[in-house]
Amino acid sequence: MPAFTPWSAERATEIIASEAGREGALLPILHALQAAFGYIDRAAEPLIADALNLSRAEVHGVVTFYHDFRSEPAGKHVLRLCRAEACQAAGGDALVDHAERRLGTPIGTTTPGGDVTLEAVYCLGLCALGPSAMLDGRVVARLDAAGLDALLDEAGP
Amino acid sequence: MTLKVFVPRDAGAEAVGAGDVAAALAAAAYRRGVDIEIVRTGSRGLYWLEPLVEAETSEGRVAFGPATPVDADGILDAVVGGVGHPLTLGPVESIPWLKRQTRLTFARCGIVDPRSIGDYGRHGGWQGLSRALALGPAGTIEEVVQSGLRGRGGAGFPTGIKWRTVAAAPGPKKYIVCNADEGDSGTFADRMIMEGDPFMVIEGMIIAGIAVGAAQGYVYIRSEYPHAIAAMQAAIEAARHAGYLGEGMAESAHAFDLEVRVGAGAYVCGEETSLLESLEGKRGVVRAKPPLPAHKGLFGRPTVINNVISLATVPAILADGAERYRDLGMGRSRGTMPIQLAGNVMQGGLFETAFGVTLGELVDDIGGGTFTGRPVRAVQVGGPLGAYFPRALFDTPFDYEAFAARDGLIGHGGVVVFDDSVDMARQARFAMEFCAIESCGKCTPCRIGSTRGVETIDRIVRGEGRDEQIAVLTDLCNTLKFGSLCALGGFTPYPVMSALTHFPEDFGAAPERLDAAE
Ligand SMILES: Cc1cc2nc3c(=O)[nH]c(=O)nc-3n(C[C@H](O)[C@H](O)[C@H](O)COP(=O)(O)O)c2cc1C
Ligand code: SF4
Ligand code: FES
Repeated sequence: MPAFTPWSAERATEIIASEAGREGALLPILHALQAAFGYIDRAAEPLIADALNLSRAEVHGVVTFYHDFRSEPAGKHVLRLCRAEACQAAGGDALVDHAERRLGTPIGTTTPGGDVTLEAVYCLGLCALGPSAMLDGRVVARLDAAGLDALLDEAGP
Repeated sequence: MTLKVFVPRDAGAEAVGAGDVAAALAAAAYRRGVDIEIVRTGSRGLYWLEPLVEAETSEGRVAFGPATPVDADGILDAVVGGVGHPLTLGPVESIPWLKRQTRLTFARCGIVDPRSIGDYGRHGGWQGLSRALALGPAGTIEEVVQSGLRGRGGAGFPTGIKWRTVAAAPGPKKYIVCNADEGDSGTFADRMIMEGDPFMVIEGMIIAGIAVGAAQGYVYIRSEYPHAIAAMQAAIEAARHAGYLGEGMAESAHAFDLEVRVGAGAYVCGEETSLLESLEGKRGVVRAKPPLPAHKGLFGRPTVINNVISLATVPAILADGAERYRDLGMGRSRGTMPIQLAGNVMQGGLFETAFGVTLGELVDDIGGGTFTGRPVRAVQVGGPLGAYFPRALFDTPFDYEAFAARDGLIGHGGVVVFDDSVDMARQARFAMEFCAIESCGKCTPCRIGSTRGVETIDRIVRGEGRDEQIAVLTDLCNTLKFGSLCALGGFTPYPVMSALTHFPEDFGAAPERLDAAE
């Protein structure tokens, strides 16, 4: 599980400056900020806008367009379950039901204690081995309810 | 003597424990004092056998799979001591599933060490580039045109013609963009080649750069593919270090450099103009065409944008000559297609073969039917925008035109198998829902019509004015088909209408009457 730095405008400014010279720098900047802080703080938007000579609205528009960028920190663990067709064919929907029951939170949300964020993902490219999932960046395939439980037990929550 | 063992580092193999198997093999060898070298390769694509362990022997490589860490000792006994092992599959190359294929693009995948540029050269790498340098830009483009290669990203546009257009476009700066957004469910060919033979993608991009006069390339990889991102980055670094990228690359007068860019979870960014917007740092909103990317692409410059497999196939075409490639296939679909068998299938994986194999052969014979053992009921071909095919259409040959003639598409070559427990109304509903989630928002039918579509299907399923609602759904599909700027809105009707047409009983229709003859 990655450890994130608490939001800091100074650190953000450094990160932005280190990426700003690239062609089409906005996505690399957003990825770098999210890698550092775990989410894109609203306060980062004017800093980016300044550095790239864009309006704040433009930056905000980009941040909100992409599913990957979070507006607030995720839970301690992020469990992404594949909901795309090949995993549906292999029993993915039942696995999502199981995960929601076990964690007591619907997909797309974080457990009340902040332990696990449960998310949908549309294909991990493991479609011959569905249903698949990603826990904190680690890929897992051929998952069933027992396998998912073991995975969550191992992670802690 | 050192025992050489191969264990894939491919994400699919990793996801079923290949890393643990490699560690167990190393530990077992250490305990026995066996000198072992473990090479982490790409995957051969026989996913039901992953983790597939291979060991070098006097008779070539022999395979064991699917292996678990507890099999490590037994596998070493078998390789070193000649003892039998229940997971033995014999010489890899004679596994029928592999033997039946025609591997041109995937010739090296699963064999070489993807982190070793030396391995790439020893296994025939860079021969396409040498030939391209000898042929010159015009000759190289002509060779690609002659091969008949069509874009493997879905639209099937002739690659050589695209290159010719960019070569002819005036301008001091041009770009090569590799579309590695591979968002289609049921597809993983791009991922496999990037993880298993990344230098081939680089070689293809260098050749494209020389052919059209571009000095900068980008590989846009979806963020869901961390293994592929790492593999491409490592390979680019190695290629730069070895002089294949940068000024005067490959000891020529050309300059070409490459960079990986990571997507951010938007399916629509696989659409070429949306991808270019995204690379420019904008919202991935689809651009109206014209202008074509070939004329005004990335930052307004002439741009070649090609799928990973299109680019990776070019070195193989150049190395062996256009003719060999063109001689394979059927009709206007020339060469080979890496077909990906996925979903509820017994033998899922990557099967590269000449065009023309039928859907039935793929699903029943090569795929071995379903994993659950239940009858196959439907197959979705070509990703989330592809049609659902019933058994009655299993005679359709894998060919761009043959699929189009049956209101379907082959797309990027994904085949997703469903057994008889599938609810086709639910699949149709999902297609509409997916369109709503992923719409870039530019066209009203796609942005709003897709949500109307979900509601309409719900009404049909609840039996609320079924006939009327089916008419509404059909109308809506027509509006989407003709009123959308790109194929996300334009092709969502394929899965929806094919489900409705071929499986009306799932939409509350009376079960079909049996033919009198039956
Ligand atoms: C919604 C949508 C998603 C697409 N996704 C991809 C993709 O992930 N990868 C890809 O290569 N092409 C994708 N395409 C096709 C591209 O627009 C384009 O045709 C392709 O990159 C051209 O390369 P090719 O000629 O080598 O196939 C997509 C198209 C649409 C409409
Ligand atoms: S069809 Fe949908 S995704 Fe395509 S351009 Fe229109 S709104 Fe965007
Ligand atoms: S559909 Fe789930 S991994 Fe591809």
